[in-house]
Amino acid sequence: MSPLFNTQELLAVSASRELRDDTTVFAGVGVPLLAAALARQRHAPRLTMVIEGGIIGPEIAAGKLPISTNEMRAAYRATMLPAITDAFLFAQRGFVDVGFMGGAQIDQYGNINTTVIGEYARPKVRLPGTGGANDIASLCREVIIVTAHEKRRFVPRVDFITSPAWLAGDGSRARAGLLFGGVSRVVTTLGILGFDPATKRMRIESTHPGVTVQTIRENTGFELLEAPEVRVTDPPSISELTMLRALDPERRFLG
Amino acid sequence: MAARRRLEGKAKSASEKLTDVEDAVRRVHDGDHVAVGGILFSRTPMALIRGMLRQRRRGLTLTRNLTCYEAELFMVAGGVERIVTAWMGIGLPWGVSKIMRHYVESGKVVMEEWSHLALGLRFRAGAMGVPFLPSLTMLGSDLMAVSGMKTLEDPYTGATLAAVPALFPDVAILHVHRADRFGNCQIDGYPHMDADIARAATTVLVTAEEIVPEEETRRHPDRTVIPGFAVDALVHVPFGSFPHECYRLYEADVEHFDEYARGVETRGPEGVAAYLERYVYAPPTFADYLDLFGGERLARQRQRARELTR
Repeated sequence: MSPLFNTQELLAVSASRELRDDTTVFAGVGVPLLAAALARQRHAPRLTMVIEGGIIGPEIAAGKLPISTNEMRAAYRATMLPAITDAFLFAQRGFVDVGFMGGAQIDQYGNINTTVIGEYARPKVRLPGTGGANDIASLCREVIIVTAHEKRRFVPRVDFITSPAWLAGDGSRARAGLLFGGVSRVVTTLGILGFDPATKRMRIESTHPGVTVQTIRENTGFELLEAPEVRVTDPPSISELTMLRALDPERRFLG
Repeated sequence: MAARRRLEGKAKSASEKLTDVEDAVRRVHDGDHVAVGGILFSRTPMALIRGMLRQRRRGLTLTRNLTCYEAELFMVAGGVERIVTAWMGIGLPWGVSKIMRHYVESGKVVMEEWSHLALGLRFRAGAMGVPFLPSLTMLGSDLMAVSGMKTLEDPYTGATLAAVPALFPDVAILHVHRADRFGNCQIDGYPHMDADIARAATTVLVTAEEIVPEEETRRHPDRTVIPGFAVDALVHVPFGSFPHECYRLYEADVEHFDEYARGVETRGPEGVAAYLERYVYAPPTFADYLDLFGGERLARQRQRARELTR
């Protein structure tokens, strides 16, 4: 019998499984950081977290999850505290394997908008801005986005490209000067999406337990492609859930 | 070149820099470009911010990579025209800033957005005294156009690079762990960008948790990140970032952020105006301001910081 879990737990567990041992991850605060902490505890003990506040190799204490990437909780038992600019320069140099981040609005090429709804000069809604998201999306070897799956978030074209993924497909990322990197996966509350190798358009790769391809399509504002073989995500195990819940006993990010 | 001339024309004295907040912030003028040290709610120079608000500076440009509610105070006080930043808000639990939305969406304040690294490199180019630095960040994004960032062809390979322009703020305001009376500054824990900001700015104002004897600096010169000759004014202000955090010394008081956010939630800009009255205009000194929180709360935050950094 599989245990009961909510969508945030499913999101965090699915995201954590994307991280490999012996790698480095630039983790954003919230579910990405929680998922990275889980991966490190469970299957990737030699995973090193890099956090944008200028923090390398923290351990993240259970029950003391940071709410910002620039606070003592994020730096708990860190191995190095470089200046913020230098933390990002590790990624520009090529030291960071995975960028692990959330997203407000995302399009079919994986581009993310966290800047503005409407026009930049006269915005309908001014969002908080890129923070380090643009840099993570530009500079890591590979980027994995972790987000709730809602039709209003998954739009054909973002209002503003804050964080570049495949831009308009067709080699446009490389033409802009970004000769490496790009988004490889989008882990959502409904499934796991990837990108068609040729067109760089988003495609369904895995559906979460109890979710159909149709449900994912209905919650997406553009036409999704499908991988040659669409898998079903393994449900979170008891050990994954136990470890995850211990990290966030206050349910700050797990709902 | 103008930025270099300004610095060349300035006294770079190894003299005593100690003064009080009121005197220090007299060096900030209406219309100045002020770079704020620390980041978000870490090592924010809160005492200097209070001082600038109390002297009612106008028409400022405030630059800070992750901008917290200190910029909202300037918005409501009518002191700021432009915010240069990568991100503005308090943090995830508090959602999108209503005050930022109000002022930026109505066009009362301009928000100029750069990526976090790009803004860091702007300070670093300024600190290095070069007009720009090449980088691979921001390329291909819409931030290029709205920030005015230009590209550059790599003269060796022909590849496209971002040419990140140097930033030379008029004034830097910083809070550090310790300094001697000549302004040699040391920072514990994460350095953020303060060392670059101090080198890039023309005028540098610093508050320090602790003023140490010169001998202490000379015993650990490797820990000094800002040399005294770069500093114009220094003020001794224990808890000078509070309610924001200072690494190892006190944790951020998020319950206070909740209280501030409740004021915004229920009364919008008027809630901020009431906050300004209570925490900025009414208490004449920083010690009076800290009394509003009470010693018990300060001790509690100190204890929490110890637990997180031991």
